[in-house]
Amino acid sequence: MNGVHDMGGMHGMGPVEIERNEPVFHSKWEARVLALNIACGFHRKWNIDVSRHSLERIPPSEYLAATYYEKWLRRLETLLVENGLVTTRELESGRAESKASSLAPLRVPEVASFLRNRRHARLDDNVPPRFRPGERVLTRNDHPTGHTRLPRYARGRRGVIDRDHGVFIFADTHAMTRDKKPQHCYSVRFSARELWGPGASARDSVYVDLWDDHLDPA
Amino acid sequence: MSDHDHHDDEHLREHDRPLSGPALRAKALESLLVEKGLVDPKALDELIDTYETKVGPRNGARIVARAWADPEYKKRLLADATAAIAEFGFIGRQGEDMVALENTPKIRNVVVCTLCSCYPWPVLGLPPVWYKSAPYRARAVIEPRGVLKELGSEVPEGVEVRVWDSTAELRYLVLPERPAGTEGWSEDELAAIVTRDAMIGVAQVNVPERSGL
Repeated sequence: MNGVHDMGGMHGMGPVEIERNEPVFHSKWEARVLALNIACGFHRKWNIDVSRHSLERIPPSEYLAATYYEKWLRRLETLLVENGLVTTRELESGRAESKASSLAPLRVPEVASFLRNRRHARLDDNVPPRFRPGERVLTRNDHPTGHTRLPRYARGRRGVIDRDHGVFIFADTHAMTRDKKPQHCYSVRFSARELWGPGASARDSVYVDLWDDHLDPA
Repeated sequence: MSDHDHHDDEHLREHDRPLSGPALRAKALESLLVEKGLVDPKALDELIDTYETKVGPRNGARIVARAWADPEYKKRLLADATAAIAEFGFIGRQGEDMVALENTPKIRNVVVCTLCSCYPWPVLGLPPVWYKSAPYRARAVIEPRGVLKELGSEVPEGVEVRVWDSTAELRYLVLPERPAGTEGWSEDELAAIVTRDAMIGVAQVNVPERSGL
């Protein structure tokens, strides 16, 4: 979707300000929200792509006004309701109307292994690559209303396959229908001038990780 | 079925107040999820402790120091970063598939996630606010030289800038240039000067002024 989350190349956002000796969390509730997101993910009712798409669906004015963990809180509320773990009424009242009978929560002894487990975005499926390193490609000029990992600034642009990362879950379909649609994911190199015009440095480039379904031969 | 009327009065009073801020909303959500049996608050404590005290940029600094000190390790890191980083046990969530990017006198690498906030958690911990902020996400791809200059790390005209937008599940770690004057240093000494920002690519590693030696 052409949302405000797709920020690459936007102007007017102001300076980048690095906070010296920044704490991991700026308040206790931020830490709780991070932990709640991870602990609820333990139930495997959604995947990371569904989860990212939930952030993108926050209305633009609210997305820009909210802090990072405010967005995470809102995202979690959405995911819990949409995936049937909590009802809207429960969320509004703050009171449970029923216990989640069949689900066991993440427990302390399981935390370390849960964080260390690979979540298999990379797949073993034997899918042939459509492109080889060094090949020239043209990215699709598509504007899907759902989730996509092809940023607007890189649509309809010419690039070169820098490396083939192997076969991965295709995030664009995985977020919308949970179809993994296994295919190769590549690092695609774009010259800065191809993306930003003659004002950009002739030396510089931007590498974007894209899948077969984002690309056509150039 | 449940009856909330005669237990946890404090809990109830809290929910009778309007939820004005995120702190209150977060607390309300946690209470609800605990009551439903969906989360265990002790596991939340453990998750928080992990990212506050165990997983952070000191992990990545050890990788960089080893790569500086051991040419064979550096080769492995650049060829298969996932496996080389796993030698230290730094694996898992948001670091499942790693790529190491080597800075040289001719190349500066910069990592960003323009679409969200993808970041290599097992080696750098949770991302800082600036990395997740609109200014960085918007500007790193279109004017990396401007951003780096603003951050005090200006790139000379003859040096190439490569920006890596983390749009898939690959996670990037910049291997900064080893600064002159660190010959013969131990890995621990080297790791101590490697900064988070250098491993994202917005700073270089410098030898701090050392006094009293």
